[in-house]
Amino acid sequence: MTTPTLEARNLRTHFFTRAGVVKAVDDVSFTVERGKVLGLVGESGSGKTVTGFSILGLVDPPGRIVGGQILFRGTDLATLSEAEMRRLRGNRIAMIFQDPMMTLNPVLRIDTQMIETVLAHAKVSKAEARQRARDALGQVGIPSPEERLQAYPHQFSGGMRQRVAIAIALLHKPDLIVADEPTTALDVTIQGQILAEAQKLCAQYGTALIWITHDLSVVAGLADDIAVMYAGKVVESGPVGEVLDAPLHPYTNGLIGSVPSRNHRGAPLSQIPGMTPSLLNLPPGCAFRARCPRAEARCAEPPPFAEYLPGRHARCIHPHLDQAVPA
Amino acid sequence: MSETLEAPAMRTTDAPPIVEARGVSRRFSKTLDFAAKLARRLGVNVREEVVHAVDGVDLAIRRGEVVGLVGESGCGKSTLGRMIAGILPPSDGVILSHGRDLRSLDGPEARRVKLATQMIFQDPYASLNPRLKVEEIVGEAPLVHGLVRRGDLAGYVDEQLRRAGLDPALKKRYPHQFSGGQRQRIGIARALAVQPDFLVCDEAVAALDVSIQAQILNLFMKLRKELDLTYLFISHDLGVVEHLSDRVVIMYLGRVVEEAPAEEVFRSPNHPYTQALLAEVPRIDTRKRSFAGVQGEIPSPLHPPSGCHFHPRCPHAMERCKLERPALKAIAPGRRSACHLNDMV
Ligand SMILES: Nc1ncnc2c1ncn2[C@@H]1O[C@H](COP(=O)(O)OP(=O)(O)OP(=O)(O)O)[C@@H](O)[C@H]1O
Ligand SMILES: Nc1ncnc2c1ncn2[C@@H]1O[C@H](COP(=O)(O)OP(=O)(O)OP(=O)(O)O)[C@@H](O)[C@H]1O
Ligand code: SF4
Ligand code: SF4
Ligand SMILES: [Mg+2]
Ligand SMILES: [Mg+2]
Repeated sequence: MTTPTLEARNLRTHFFTRAGVVKAVDDVSFTVERGKVLGLVGESGSGKTVTGFSILGLVDPPGRIVGGQILFRGTDLATLSEAEMRRLRGNRIAMIFQDPMMTLNPVLRIDTQMIETVLAHAKVSKAEARQRARDALGQVGIPSPEERLQAYPHQFSGGMRQRVAIAIALLHKPDLIVADEPTTALDVTIQGQILAEAQKLCAQYGTALIWITHDLSVVAGLADDIAVMYAGKVVESGPVGEVLDAPLHPYTNGLIGSVPSRNHRGAPLSQIPGMTPSLLNLPPGCAFRARCPRAEARCAEPPPFAEYLPGRHARCIHPHLDQAVPA
Repeated sequence: MSETLEAPAMRTTDAPPIVEARGVSRRFSKTLDFAAKLARRLGVNVREEVVHAVDGVDLAIRRGEVVGLVGESGCGKSTLGRMIAGILPPSDGVILSHGRDLRSLDGPEARRVKLATQMIFQDPYASLNPRLKVEEIVGEAPLVHGLVRRGDLAGYVDEQLRRAGLDPALKKRYPHQFSGGQRQRIGIARALAVQPDFLVCDEAVAALDVSIQAQILNLFMKLRKELDLTYLFISHDLGVVEHLSDRVVIMYLGRVVEEAPAEEVFRSPNHPYTQALLAEVPRIDTRKRSFAGVQGEIPSPLHPPSGCHFHPRCPHAMERCKLERPALKAIAPGRRSACHLNDMV
């Protein structure tokens, strides 16, 4: 068995705020293999971004990783020094943000920024670095990359800026990319171009991808595996087809059911009642209890994250095993 | 299933348009930024540029219809929606409400027509006055316009809140004390309180989580039936539009390129742009597909391509497409498309 590119084991990241402890990430486990795509989905505030930041070591006070492990190609990232972590970041592990301006510096030309990034991690000449930057822009489908290198970020459209940010993430052909909703703000025609680039990347360089999104339809077409988050916890994980066709967890089931294309045109959509709970004062037991149609007395105890079917985990004592027809 | 809405096309064919746009355009002059202003002051020849946000659009919406309006960012959906709602005057063309030119109305009649159309926006928070209690937000307009007497106001407000799915017990609270989905319900209750017959919803569910989005979409569909409402539903989410529209209008760079009954356009789009757009929509039932993307960028609306605006990205473009704007022409009953290919059969 090969070592996975990334493995999160019972990861917990909390924010110690004046109002109380926000358990933003509270027992998150998943695995991403080389060349594979993991779709990390969940509603607003469920802890997706904080999970991504934790992997890159970017959590700032009052936040702190308080438990669990992040294994990158078998190495526990917690054992690395800040300098070692910096070397890894941008070189072997990269992040793409929803807002490309998190990556881009508005006052520097694209070539300056890209050459700097190349030279930060590779011992090459400036000319060679520039060549690599140009190639990376070409790779993400930016026309006339030579000219574009001399432009400033504001001279690009939103979709182009995101592609430049992706090109920067690609510069060192990293082993892992964490992409946080990189296409949410883009039009579908441009989103398609970016998803195509992501697919090429995994196939060509064996890059493992964690694709964070709230859009189940994107995950369906792009990912190999899926992890569904609710109130800071992964509540279900498994191969994307199996999970979407026959979800085990009542929350996943409700989420899929509320997607319009899963309903008859014009018919009322099936909906999850209520709303997501505040992370500040979560009741003990299953966090989905108040909205769950299958809740019972036992759900007041914390449900374990158990493997109910081969490769398929759910955090529920009463999963939909009935609809899970083996593949 | 009794819950399903009746087949939409049947009820709408003969009804007169509730609102109609005839040859409507809207131009904005793009104001100069600081650097450009400075350059101009120093004698550099910088001209103020003009955006054709909406360029010669005809559109009729009949009573009881749900018309979906889709297209990429910046193509003019909101601008068209605001003109149709009567809150933005067109640069050219006319808007008719119940067959009458909005500009020809004044006094109480103008006010009545204005109230009959309400708009619901993407960001419910920005459109609610943070200093007013929910009961004031919902009750203010109907009181001012004499739709309800002061003595009956409390009961009237409760009824609006209940209909929008909010507990009237919460009416003493302020907008910030509600979640995004609840705020959208407040916005809906406020719009319904003036008894409109036509709602323009501009990305009304875009900011909401999937599970909350389903709740609000269901509310829109329920209200349509209960109150016989007509909708113009603007959304970039084609899944949502497919689900609740009877008819879909597709825009590209200020122009309508295709218009058709929803089922037909999703089954067999005619215009090459519509085809490209629909091909890229991710679907939850598709596994491990290979994505491609429409080639090229969305051109700047400041300098739209000549002829057919789509020609630089169109796989079927011909010489004629660069020179001549294709007219929006009937290609089948109830279907229109603006593409030169339709002349070649
Ligand atoms: N610096 C911080 N201080 C306190 N709480 C924080 C901080 N950063 C994040 N949180 C909390 O952590 C929780 C998870 O946030 P996160 O940004 O990971 O959600 P998300 O799943 O990415 O949501 P979205 O889909 O809206 O991006 C939220 O409740 C958020 O309020
Ligand atoms: N008040 C204004 N002043 C100047 N330009 C404007 C104004 N309103 C809109 N525009 C321009 O008109 C064009 C159409 O804008 P509009 O907001 O109607 O697009 P849209 O289709 O609603 O886009 P989105 O999907 O991003 O909401 C854009 O190029 C926009 O920049
Ligand atoms: S543990 Fe209980 S409340 Fe939680 S999802 Fe399962 S059945 Fe529902
Ligand atoms: S008119 Fe020409 S360029 Fe425009 S969509 Fe039709 S074939 Fe393509
Ligand atoms: Mg996030
Ligand atoms: Mg808009």
